[in-house]
Amino acid sequence: MEFLFDNITALGALTAIALGFGALLGFAAVKFKVDGNPIVEQIDALLPQTQCGQCGHPGCRPYAEGLAEGEEINKCVPGGEDTIRALADLLGREFVPLDEEHGQTPETKMVAVIREAECIGCTKCIQACPMDAILGAAKQMHTVIADECTGCDLCVEPCPVDCIDMLPVPETLQTWHWDAPKGIGNRPGELIPVRNIA
Amino acid sequence: MSRRIWDFHGGIHPPQNKKQSSETSIRRAGLPEQLIVPLQQHIGAPGKPCVAVGDRVRKGQMLARANGFVSLPVHAPTSGTVQAIEPRPIQHPSGMDALCVVITPDGEDTWIEHSGVSDYSALDKKEILHRIREAGIAGMGGAGFPSVVKLGVKPDQKIQTLILNAVECEPYITADDRLMRERADEIVQGLQIIGHLITPDEILIGIEDNKPHAIEAMNRATQETDIEVVVVPTKYPSGGEKQLIRMLTGKEVRSGGIPADVGVVCHNTGTAYAIKRAIMDGEPLISRITTLTGDYVADKGNYEVLLGTPVGWLLQQAGVKATDLHRLIMGGPMMGFAVHNMAVPVVKTTNCLLVPTLEEFPDPAAEQPCIRCGTCAQACPVNLLPQQLYWFAKTKEFDKAAHFNLADCIECGACSYVCPSNIPLVQYYRFAKGEIRTQQQEQAKADHARQRFEARQARLAREEEEKERKRQERAKAAAAKQAQKKAAPAEKPAPTAAITGGDDLAKLQTAAASTMKRYKEAQKALATAEKNGTDNLEALQKKVAQLKEKADQAKAAFTSAKSAQAEDAAPPAATKEDPLAALKQASADDFAAYKAAEQALQEAQANNGADTQALQQRVIELKAKSDASKAAMKAARARQKEEIQQQNAASDPVKAAKMEVAKQQVLLKKATKALQAAKDSDAGATDALQENVSAAEQALQAAEHALKKVEEEHA
Repeated sequence: MEFLFDNITALGALTAIALGFGALLGFAAVKFKVDGNPIVEQIDALLPQTQCGQCGHPGCRPYAEGLAEGEEINKCVPGGEDTIRALADLLGREFVPLDEEHGQTPETKMVAVIREAECIGCTKCIQACPMDAILGAAKQMHTVIADECTGCDLCVEPCPVDCIDMLPVPETLQTWHWDAPKGIGNRPGELIPVRNIA
Repeated sequence: MSRRIWDFHGGIHPPQNKKQSSETSIRRAGLPEQLIVPLQQHIGAPGKPCVAVGDRVRKGQMLARANGFVSLPVHAPTSGTVQAIEPRPIQHPSGMDALCVVITPDGEDTWIEHSGVSDYSALDKKEILHRIREAGIAGMGGAGFPSVVKLGVKPDQKIQTLILNAVECEPYITADDRLMRERADEIVQGLQIIGHLITPDEILIGIEDNKPHAIEAMNRATQETDIEVVVVPTKYPSGGEKQLIRMLTGKEVRSGGIPADVGVVCHNTGTAYAIKRAIMDGEPLISRITTLTGDYVADKGNYEVLLGTPVGWLLQQAGVKATDLHRLIMGGPMMGFAVHNMAVPVVKTTNCLLVPTLEEFPDPAAEQPCIRCGTCAQACPVNLLPQQLYWFAKTKEFDKAAHFNLADCIECGACSYVCPSNIPLVQYYRFAKGEIRTQQQEQAKADHARQRFEARQARLAREEEEKERKRQERAKAAAAKQAQKKAAPAEKPAPTAAITGGDDLAKLQTAAASTMKRYKEAQKALATAEKNGTDNLEALQKKVAQLKEKADQAKAAFTSAKSAQAEDAAPPAATKEDPLAALKQASADDFAAYKAAEQALQEAQANNGADTQALQQRVIELKAKSDASKAAMKAARARQKEEIQQQNAASDPVKAAKMEVAKQQVLLKKATKALQAAKDSDAGATDALQENVSAAEQALQAAEHALKKVEEEHA
């Protein structure tokens, strides 16, 4: 009899624990429910946000969503090799070189500049700009807010008078930094050899 | 003096080379033909010009105002005319231009009205700080951080130790050494002003033991005060702020922290001197002591130079004859940078100009592979792992470099100095630091771009929604009008295609734009290739053709999608063909033909025509035909009704069930009526009709039951 009683106590205790944890887990599942796929946010943070559409998606976030579902990581043209490496790191995939199908990464950052004398004020570029970085109104001259321009190129195509140029962003004292040394076998450019004097 | 001196990790002992310039007294450099005053001579935002081209300015007059908290004004070094305010080459390793005020001196050197206060303790501390800021004083040791920012102590912070950094550890430079020997009293007065501002427990002066004359002069000047002169052993870079704090107090400033965190404030000798001049003499910072040394310089020594003096002119004064210099270094040999333009001006941070000959500074040997000897790690005064940082910088693994505290590197050059493989380590670190900064800037820009893009998307969605709402309102209004006119009930347009199609359309549009762009690029490449006569023309041509096809396809897809969307958006009911209408028409036609034939028959009968037989036959035929078409029409109508009901059933089962009940009710009524009529006329077939009625009753009950069930399900 006592044996049976002991068993019932143990069973009861285990059941109580199971129920308790079940309730806790159920509560946690509701309380800490994650909306959406958090990996998309992380991927989106690595993309350069130019919204250029060269990957075939209408913007960076849609590509991030595509990547989360297993799309190739080598489609981001403005991000180039650095972005592919970062994505490979994050997603635990092998590095693959950029798919030339989508274009080539420009060497320098570009910014759109409107030749204002030639602008006819058609607003087509304004509608194309994913950044709202073009200022103007119908039949008024347009201009690019250079600080907001990501150099995505999307405004160049729609311009009926071809008055938009993509120019390299000029280097300023704020953006300048030292170049990498030329490497092994080369003379260092700026090394100052104090030791060579008496 | 039994003060304990701590040691810091690493450090090197390069040849001093100070004797060449330290043994002659400070000379005045004189007045050049032109003074170029950069608006940025300090860390922080450049000043804002407050004079115009053509203005006459007097010595000490403000040329540019401070533009923000971490910013400083600049002043006219002499009297004269503002010749230009334009970008000129400045003291920067990039060799780039920045905005400068160019002054042509008038030679009279007339001061602006100015006066100092000998009893500064009578002044409010805020007033003293204000005067120091307005005098444009930046740290004169090398970095040029606005001194006033370091002097403004937060109320909750207690500074235990004020240190005057008189170490001057870098080889060749003797500017502070000479200043201490000749103007020790003024330096001590300046230090006392700083002490008055931040009220520390103790004031120390740290001097390296290789400057015995300066130590003597400072000891003499501090005799009547509680300032203590502390002699530290010569070791580079003991003049680094954190290294000196470690040596004098034993405290470590944490990574990323500032000395004030551990209760210490450090100022340079030249800064203390400049503060004295600003407060007690009312003179802003318009000149500094600069060491001119190196074997190319005939008259080596220290010169009091007006800020803005071009280095080329200054070197001529010191007897540099050659115009083709081997190398011109601004700053010391360890931390300075090469200057390639003789028009660059002397600024607040220019403590030394070094012009070595080729024998003195031969060209460096070529870089060799790292042999992992670890000497650099032993020399690093910040306890970093230079070798690791080198690998990370070389392989561009900047996040790892940052993780290994690259930001704490003071770029002293000790590691490069000891490296047996001649690796320019500091250059690698400077490169990596710059890249990290660029990445941070880009990240900030990307985040900003994301915000803008999302805001735009939200705006577009809002506009679309608004449009949609208005469209629906318009449709509703039109329907109401139609109903008022008692016309056929207007069907609501269902413009859902516009919403679902929008996304695909945007995708197609970007695809079309990007393929078009790639096609154009390929075309350009082909054109250049043709010009240069490259041999892979064929491949390029092929590529262009392919891309053109693709671009055309993409464009076509986009246009067709667009037109399809436009069609979808149009009300679908308008163009829909109605089979019922055709049947109706046919039945009406048949009926008319039958009636006409009947009329013809009657007329023929009235006129006793011969062919009444034939006509009668025709009437019968036509009647049959008319009946048939009528029946067909009725059947079609019933089918349509049923279809609609089925559709409704799919969308709303409750409604369908209700309809079913209503239908059964109607059938039952019909059956009862037929039965009644049969009974009234005493026809024989009442039994069959009775059965019909009971069957209809049962069907109605079943339908009612189904309705109840469905309603319960959907409650």
